[in-house]
Parts: sequence; C-alpha cells; structure tokens
Amino acid sequence: MLEEAPVSLSDAPTRNLNMIEAINDALDIMMERDPNVVVMGEDVGYFGGVFRATAGLQKKYGKTRVFDTPISECGIIGVAVGMGAYGLRPVPEIQFADYIYPGLDQLVSEAARLRYRSAGEFIAPMTVRSPFGGGIFGGQTHSQSPEALFTHVAGLKTVVPSTPHDAKGLLIAAIEDNDPVIFFEPKRIYNGPFDGYYDRPVQPWAKHADSAVPEGYYSIPLGKARRVRKGNDFTVLAYGTMVHVASAVCAEKGVDADIIDLRTLVPLDIETIDASVRKTGKCLIVHEATRTGGFGAELSALVQERCFYALEAPIERVTGFDTPYPHSLEWAYFPGPVRIGEAIDRLMKA
Amino acid sequence: MTASGRSNLPPLSLHVPEPRFRPGDAVDYSHIAIPPAGAQPRPDERCPAAETQPLCFDLIRVLGEDDRAVGPWNPGLDAETLRRMLRTMALTRAFDDRMYRGQRQGKTSFYMKCTGEEATSVAPAMALAPDDMVFPSYRQQGILISRGYPLVEMINQIYSNRADKLKGRQLPIMYSAREASFFTISGNLATQYPQAVGWAMASAIKGDSRIAAAWIGEGSSAEGDFHSALTFATVYNAPVVFNVVNNQWAISSFSGFAGAERTTFAARAIGYGVAGLRVDGNDPLAVYAASRWAADRARANAGPTLIEHFTYRAEGHSTSDDPGQYRSAQERSEWPLGDPINRLKRHLVALGEWSDEAHEAMDAELVEQVKAATKEAEKNGVLGHGLHHPFHTMFEDVFEELPWHLKEQSEQAIRERRIKWPDWSEDEPWRAS
Repeated sequence: MLEEAPVSLSDAPTRNLNMIEAINDALDIMMERDPNVVVMGEDVGYFGGVFRATAGLQKKYGKTRVFDTPISECGIIGVAVGMGAYGLRPVPEIQFADYIYPGLDQLVSEAARLRYRSAGEFIAPMTVRSPFGGGIFGGQTHSQSPEALFTHVAGLKTVVPSTPHDAKGLLIAAIEDNDPVIFFEPKRIYNGPFDGYYDRPVQPWAKHADSAVPEGYYSIPLGKARRVRKGNDFTVLAYGTMVHVASAVCAEKGVDADIIDLRTLVPLDIETIDASVRKTGKCLIVHEATRTGGFGAELSALVQERCFYALEAPIERVTGFDTPYPHSLEWAYFPGPVRIGEAIDRLMKA
Repeated sequence: MTASGRSNLPPLSLHVPEPRFRPGDAVDYSHIAIPPAGAQPRPDERCPAAETQPLCFDLIRVLGEDDRAVGPWNPGLDAETLRRMLRTMALTRAFDDRMYRGQRQGKTSFYMKCTGEEATSVAPAMALAPDDMVFPSYRQQGILISRGYPLVEMINQIYSNRADKLKGRQLPIMYSAREASFFTISGNLATQYPQAVGWAMASAIKGDSRIAAAWIGEGSSAEGDFHSALTFATVYNAPVVFNVVNNQWAISSFSGFAGAERTTFAARAIGYGVAGLRVDGNDPLAVYAASRWAADRARANAGPTLIEHFTYRAEGHSTSDDPGQYRSAQERSEWPLGDPINRLKRHLVALGEWSDEAHEAMDAELVEQVKAATKEAEKNGVLGHGLHHPFHTMFEDVFEELPWHLKEQSEQAIRERRIKWPDWSEDEPWRAS
C-alpha cells in the first residue's frame, strides 16, 4: 500500500512552498471546489491566522465562509458539529493543539460518535486543523503533541504531515473525508525541515525536495504511509517533525535505515509497517509526545504482536519525557539526536 | 481554629444550596410568584433584545384561573388546533405510561417520562415549521409525536430490537430521526446547544429559511456548552431558539445547584444580549406563543431567544430513579401551575369545544393506539430476547469505511460467538443468542 511517487502528479507543474503555503493552497483549492467548505477559528479571518495558514482566504471567499470565532474551543467544535449536520464541511482551526481540550467533549462524545449513534443519519465531516509540537520556545501551553488522546478515540482519524507536499495532499483528503479528522501540523517545520540540531542555522523548505508542491488539486489517501528511505538495518516509524530528525541522525551515523513516515496514525498503514519490520528485524519508534501511553506504545505493541518472530532486538521507543514541555529546557525535553543516537547504537549492536 | 489565624476577621462560610422540602415535609409554594394570566406585555418580535429584560423575571401566562385565554400573548389558536395540541400531549402521556410499564416488565433497560412537561415539547414543535431542525435533550419525545413520527419506530428504538433504525446502539429514548428534522440525542448533556447554533449558522450562511431550536434542562445550563452556545449565537445573530426546561430537579439536585436561588434561567439571556422570555411551562398556550414569538424573531433575522419554561418534573428522572428518596411527595400535588393537559382540556371545555366524555373517549382511543403500536414493535423483539441487529453491525458506522483494525476485531467477535454458541449463524443471529 506504499505510495512512492503519485503518478497522477508526474506531469503537474510544481512550485516550492513551505508548509504554511501548502496548507493555504489546499484550503484555497477546497474552498474553490466545494461551496460547503467553511473555515473558522480564532484570528483566521481578516488577519489570516497567527501562523498565516488562512491568509487571503476571507478576502477571496467572503466573511460567511472564512471567519473569526470567539475564544471558545468548545464552541468552535460544537458549532462545527452542527454545521456538519446541516451539510457543510467545516474546517475549524484550533490555534494551538494545547488549546483543544475545552473542545474535547464535542470531539470525543459528539463528532466521533455521530455516525455511529445515528446509524449514519448524521455525520461530522469536519477537519480540525491545529499546529502542534514544540521546538519554538512555546513553553508548556504552545508545544504539546496530544495525538494519542485522539488516536484512542473510536471514530476519529488523526493525520500528521511532515512535508509541504504531503501537507497539501493530506489536507485535501482530510477535508474530503466524511469522518472527523484531527489534522496536526508540526509547527516547528512550518517554515523549514528541522534536523534536530537547534543550534544550527534553520534551513528553508526551498532547498528540500519535498517542498516541490504540484499545482492544483491532488490528494494523498489517509491511511497510507510514505517510505522516506529504503534500508535494511532497522525500521524507523516516525511522523511529523521527528521524520526529519530521525532521518538526519540516521544519515549522520551512516546507518542503512528503512524510514517510514506514517502520515496517518488512524487509520494506520499496518501493511507497510509489517513488511518493513519483517525485512529489517528491528524497529525504532520516534515521537515528540510524552512517553507513557503515547502512540509509540501502540506502535510497539502492534509490531510485537505481528512481527515478534522476525524481531532480532527489543523495539526501541524514543519520545519526549513525561513532563510538561519546559520553556527554558525545551531542548532537554525534545527527543533529539543524542536520544535517538543512543537508541540507534543499541539497535546496531544487537 | 481558622486556617489563616487572622482571628479578628469574621469566618467565611460556604453556602451549599438546600431545597425547601424533603421527603415527609409539608409543601408550601407561596414563595413562587405567579402573576395573573394576560398581564405580561408582548413586545414586537423584532425588538432589541434589551426590551425583553422585564420578561426574564416575569412569567408569561395565557390561561387564567377561569380557563379563558387572555392577554397579548394569547396566540388565538382555533379549536381544531387546540384539540390537536391536547391530543398530542395526551398521546405523549399515554405513550410514556405504556413504555414505563414496558420497562418494569423487562422489555427494555431504561425509560424517561416527561409527565407534566408535555407542553414544553409539544407546543414548541407546533409553533416551529416542520422542517426547522430541533436539537432535543432526552425528555422531548413530544416533538417526535407532534411531528407524526411513527410510534412503532420509537418503540423499536426503545426495545433496541432488530427493526431499531439505530441498530440497538443507543440507550432507549436517545432517538435520531433525520426525516423529522430531529437531531440524534446525546447522553452528554448540553452538547446539542452549540451544535444547534452551528446548524443555525449554516442555515444563515446558505441563505436558507429554516431555523434551529434546542432544549436542555435547567441543570445542564451549568455546562460550558451553554455559555459557548449563547456566545456564538449572539456574536453571529444565529437564527436559533434556546429552550431551558426548568422542571426544578436534575435527578436529585434541585434547581438551586444550577443557580436558581439567585436569579431566573431566562435572565441568563441578558448578559449575552439575547432576547429572554420566562414562561409558565404548564400553560400550553403561553409556551406556544413564546415559541412562536422566538421562531418568528429568528426567521426575521432579528436574533436568538432564550426561553425558560417554568414547569415541574412530576415523576422520577428516569426508571432508574426514585424521587421519594429526596423530595416531598406533596410537591407534585401542590405544584401551583397545575397540569398542562388538564389546563388545556378545561380551556377547551370552557370554550364549549370539548367535554369530559370526549376526553375520556380520546384517552381510551390513545391507549389502544399505543397498545397497537407496542404489539407491532414487539414482533421485532424486545431487549435481551434475541431479536437484535446482525452481529457485524456493531462494527459499522464507526467510520464510513471499515478500517483494517475494525475488520480484525469484527472477525474476533464472530469467532467468540462461534465458540460460545456453536450453532450460531450470522444470517440468523437471534437463533442462538
């Protein structure tokens, strides 16, 4: 189920975009194609969003399709459920993933259950966009990665892009999806890929191959992983920012890793994971979120259940620590090159 | 011993609300101010919200002690419409009585009656257009009955049987009826309030003419969703009607635990700049008139309205509740606003449009109607007697398409079934379960 190169795009002209521009492009295309798509959230209207993801959309599509909301995540998600029931396809923005909790009941008890409890009479075809993750000196309320809270909920899909190319295609697929999708955007890589070395100069997306974004409409199916690099030493399972960090550490160490960018956590591309680990016999799981009960635990359990007899070493799980994201010590929290490097060394010795 | 040690200051004290009457107490409702019917002014539907502020502390009443309809809020309904309203409320009560008995007989797990509150769902449903979207709480069965939704479908849902359109997934009475513009009921309270606002906003975005209406009890007005909903509604001037059914009790917690000792629930509207009306919830004509006023206001783009229906929960919260444990039995008999069905009946009699004999005949006919529907539904099974939906449907509708992990879990569930009942067949799931 691996999508190495989407052939349908091979002829489309490309532009080099950063992730914000790619997301903006996806929103623009979907608003153009589907009059039922509406965008709302705190500061998303006239101003265009604190990260500029919705810049220009209100001017183009008008105030009744792109509008600011009260500072009320419960209200934002709640009205999005009602709009979906009417027949709209709302794309609410939660300004920071850390702010999503007041909307949790509306997501968990309502959006996620609507189709099930009404036996399909009502659905919640919303895409909740939200910047997440740390590494921008956001402190504990602008740095969290709460994806595991959502992957645990039956009825929600969870998507985390890692490149401008994927962000556009996955966001289009999410908006078209008839189920509620949590779309977490790793804000550390909005403007450029991040190799984990915070003390080195920031690289812009323009120098990265995956910033070549095809023009016009395309979608990347939810539930399909991307193989970043083919290799035989061990499998890397990562998503979002950590795809770039793990790739950089592997390159630096000169190891031949099979690196898989999951892209979608639910539904998960289990076939790709399964095939890779059976081939390499070793598995490194990396995420930025806290460790205990994190999505890495689910990945580890799945790999163990399915690939136990192919495993040649204990599964490695590299994550953030089980603390709030500290402001001044954020790089001590962050699962950077040293923590990943240690795990790689253990796998290579095994 | 004080924690601070600043002994020259008076000690603070925590107020924990306590209802006036507990089991065995004599009930005296003289503290409830009941203004005369017809005395409340009726502003224009398009008035500034602030003009309704006095009505948030008043009580809109139409039916007087002499059973006549009086005052500016008298909706002037013809006798045919009044008889339809009476019949719908009586049918709702007959349905409740039968379903309550059915639960006691073990035909289902749970039921919730709306006895004494029929007017707060039937009259608004009649005041709304049939395709206005309603976002009910769990005690608005009167809306479905008003809209002519088949009783058999309701009973199928209550029994979670093989004909239940919701496939046995929802607690009894948590209906969903899209064709009746009736939103799926949630057991998480007040979540429907911001959803109704979102639906209303969508209707306004699309230039539609349909409005939304939502119901909650006074107890769940304490939820954050209430605040979110009122805020969004006022910000976007959403075409929505908020109903707060103040039936005095939230299971065993009296309305004081939602703030009723300090102000009215209608007065919540004032702080949001939303129109507010406080209505005698046991006066079907007053409820109709207030609902019509609010619906017309919303449809004219003049803004949302919050209506407090001041009523009384005559029976327990649900079949799982025994109100005799926490409130005085006299409360129901002493309730100063009477019973909505009885009041409308007396009004029709006073008009010369109805009689005790006609009423008795109607009640007997309604009992038969409910009985027939019950028998029809029982052909599809009752809860726990095997006639449920095919087993695999449990995994459907979590997502639009079945992902691999649910496929695997579905296979496991079927395997478990075969181990426990070797004769079990997916085609006839009721045979061995």
